[in-house]
Amino acid sequence: MSDDKAATNAETLAKTLEAGAGGSAGACEQANGEADIRAEAVVLTGAEIVCECLLREGVDIVFGYPGGAILPTYDALTRYPQLHHVLTRHEQGASHMADGYARATGKVGVAMATSGPGATNLVTGIATAMMDSSPIVCITGQVPTGAIGTDAFQETDVTGITLPITKHNYLVTSIDELAEDIREAFHIARTGRPGPVLVDIPKDIQIQTTEFVYPTEPVTLPGYKPPRRGRADQVEAALELIRESRRPVILAGHGISMANANAELAELCERAQIPVALTLLGKGAISERHPMCVGMMGMHGGAEVNHAIQQADLLIALGMRFDDRVTGNLATYAKGSRKIHVDIDSSEINKNVRVDVGIVGDLREVLRQLLDRVERRPNDAWFDRIAEWRADSELREIVRPADAPRHPAVSEGKLLGAQVIRDLFELTGGNAVTVTDVGQHQMWEAQYYQHERPHSLITSGGLGTMGFGLPAAIGAKMARPDQEVWAIVGDGGFQMTSMELATAVQEKVKVNIAVINNGFLGMVRQWQEFFYEERYNQTPMVNPDFCKLAEAYGIPAIRVTERGQIEDAVNATRAQAGGPILVEFVVEKEEIVFPMVPAGADLDDMIRRPTPAEFEQKRRERAAAKATPAETDAEPEPVAPAAVAGTRFGV
Amino acid sequence: MAKHILAALVENRPGVLARVSNLFRRRSFNIDSLSVGRTQRENLSRMTIVMESDAAEADRLVKNLYKLVDVVHVDHLHNQPSVARDMALVKVKASSENRREVIQLCDIFRARIIDVAAESLVVEITGEEEKLGHFTELVRPFGIVEMVRTGVIAMGRGSHTLKDQGYKPNRGRSSSRRSVL
Repeated sequence: MSDDKAATNAETLAKTLEAGAGGSAGACEQANGEADIRAEAVVLTGAEIVCECLLREGVDIVFGYPGGAILPTYDALTRYPQLHHVLTRHEQGASHMADGYARATGKVGVAMATSGPGATNLVTGIATAMMDSSPIVCITGQVPTGAIGTDAFQETDVTGITLPITKHNYLVTSIDELAEDIREAFHIARTGRPGPVLVDIPKDIQIQTTEFVYPTEPVTLPGYKPPRRGRADQVEAALELIRESRRPVILAGHGISMANANAELAELCERAQIPVALTLLGKGAISERHPMCVGMMGMHGGAEVNHAIQQADLLIALGMRFDDRVTGNLATYAKGSRKIHVDIDSSEINKNVRVDVGIVGDLREVLRQLLDRVERRPNDAWFDRIAEWRADSELREIVRPADAPRHPAVSEGKLLGAQVIRDLFELTGGNAVTVTDVGQHQMWEAQYYQHERPHSLITSGGLGTMGFGLPAAIGAKMARPDQEVWAIVGDGGFQMTSMELATAVQEKVKVNIAVINNGFLGMVRQWQEFFYEERYNQTPMVNPDFCKLAEAYGIPAIRVTERGQIEDAVNATRAQAGGPILVEFVVEKEEIVFPMVPAGADLDDMIRRPTPAEFEQKRRERAAAKATPAETDAEPEPVAPAAVAGTRFGV
Repeated sequence: MAKHILAALVENRPGVLARVSNLFRRRSFNIDSLSVGRTQRENLSRMTIVMESDAAEADRLVKNLYKLVDVVHVDHLHNQPSVARDMALVKVKASSENRREVIQLCDIFRARIIDVAAESLVVEITGEEEKLGHFTELVRPFGIVEMVRTGVIAMGRGSHTLKDQGYKPNRGRSSSRRSVL
């Protein structure tokens, strides 16, 4: 069959699908009045089969970048107007956009790139998606089958390269397997513990033709059976531990929202009166205004949350993986507690932390099993203890209501990154989808922007990928155009992928970009301050004028240098229609994210911001030491050891 | 620390061996031996993995193997009665003076001599790893010119059978490219 004939077939099929609205085989049946889509199978090129499969998987947007080995598929895309292709400025942007799209919707995001450098540029985004269990499918062109292994132009072993950073991957070896491979790829990406899947398609297979058969029965893979319900005996054992506990804490992770188990989590913690601590990616698992929610745990989590975990007698870990940023020193982590761990991935259980009860299953199912039997039991004394720890944290807080006394560490007129985030939270009513980059601003977001809904914070937690923020925000906004989306980025990470501003302009994506500019790689600088005796090696940055940079792309920009300007700038940004807009917040250069658990330290051994009293005490000591260096006979009052761990008393 | 023997049924797809060996490296599993070969099922291969580790580590490997899409079933053969065999080809220096001694040793170990040359013999020996170890120690004084071992293969006894989970090859998939390598 000639290529022309195949093209005509493709158009017919595409129209049929369009008429069927859903794009599913079932819709197709109705439109055709045919019994089975296979009954009217048509001959298509491999490239067209790729497009057909994408449509049937419910894909509406493809993020990508063309090149030699994927050109046949890009040509076929012209015959599939239902597939909107977004031209990124770098393939890394494509994989992050697909990731942002996936995280904002729970649907599979799709990235496309050519062979060789196109494929390798996807790698950071794939690894990011892998670490945070984000469902994306990457389609890469490959050199023709006969040239594989000859170091052909733009050849790279991308299935080999991505082996450890994909949930699964395919090198398509025959056009007859292409449709099945893509179907499996989507199935694997979105089910079980979601993750990235890559499909590498040699150019000759994109050009060859075959009868297109799209199986209608569900995918069955003998070696892949995601678990559903938890084992009854383990659920029973978990209920027993909950009954016996007096100081329980739920550790809620990303798995809650991925399993749509938010309502079940809320019901569980209300019924059993158990405080809920969140991981970074767990934000949104339950509303942070919920009375049972105590906030974020871990390295920059609330001190009261970390104390509660260390003092608990039962940890109930739900869809989280005891990451080192969450546990601190494993040897001393929650030593006095028994532990229940529910996860869909059995290999997570007993990986970092030995648990008493491990339940493998879909969180929603398992929580329902628990809810069938869990008893109501007050934990008032436990909540009172947590409230005491919280009161201590509040003393040390710098971001305070306007009428509250200022923390003495904060000089008048300084613009604080933390304050910017809190104001943004209040001005957006906490209803925006925020997408962060990685660094101090990310932690401030986590600390000061309270999320109520699932999928409303999109951030690279596991891999900590600088450069993630802007492209992921573009992907998220395109996935959910009805939502207000803010990219919150630092000056460092922003410059890793700022070329995607052009993508946002070309696609008229209304994403609000907040650049928290402190002229430093702030988080690294903070580590240098605490642990490398303030040797700020390679962390100060000479930055471009971010407003002019935005303007060069045709993007309106606002610069904020004082707290008083935040409100107007945020309101103006929100009011701007039709495309991206950038606000640069020029913030205090040497602000610190408090509290902080140094890497490998005990979880409750935090570097705290001093309380106002501690701060004044230290100030008096310094002044006295300066005035009479040798004869300070006044006994200095003891300062909390954590407070002096930092060499400076930064904000 | 103990010796753990795992048996895994895997689909004959390109790259399966790479996926499994990559897993060992990626998750720092220390593997003593790995042997791969065909089974009675056209589309399934079987791997036998031997590792020296504690029970938790072996458990971790089983779970991680299951995460691989191409792995159909994994059994921890230490949890059940099983037989394990290793095979070696050993080229032993043997001149006309001491050839008899070597042949006697082979008889005792029920090893077979499969090649005879003027200065050496090639011996084929099968058995548990320990037996092979003893044999090589005893022939070492004669001089081992070269040696190769297959790595352990193992199987449960009697009704302990590695389940293929009702494995059916995917419809429409050609078997032309079936190779675990």
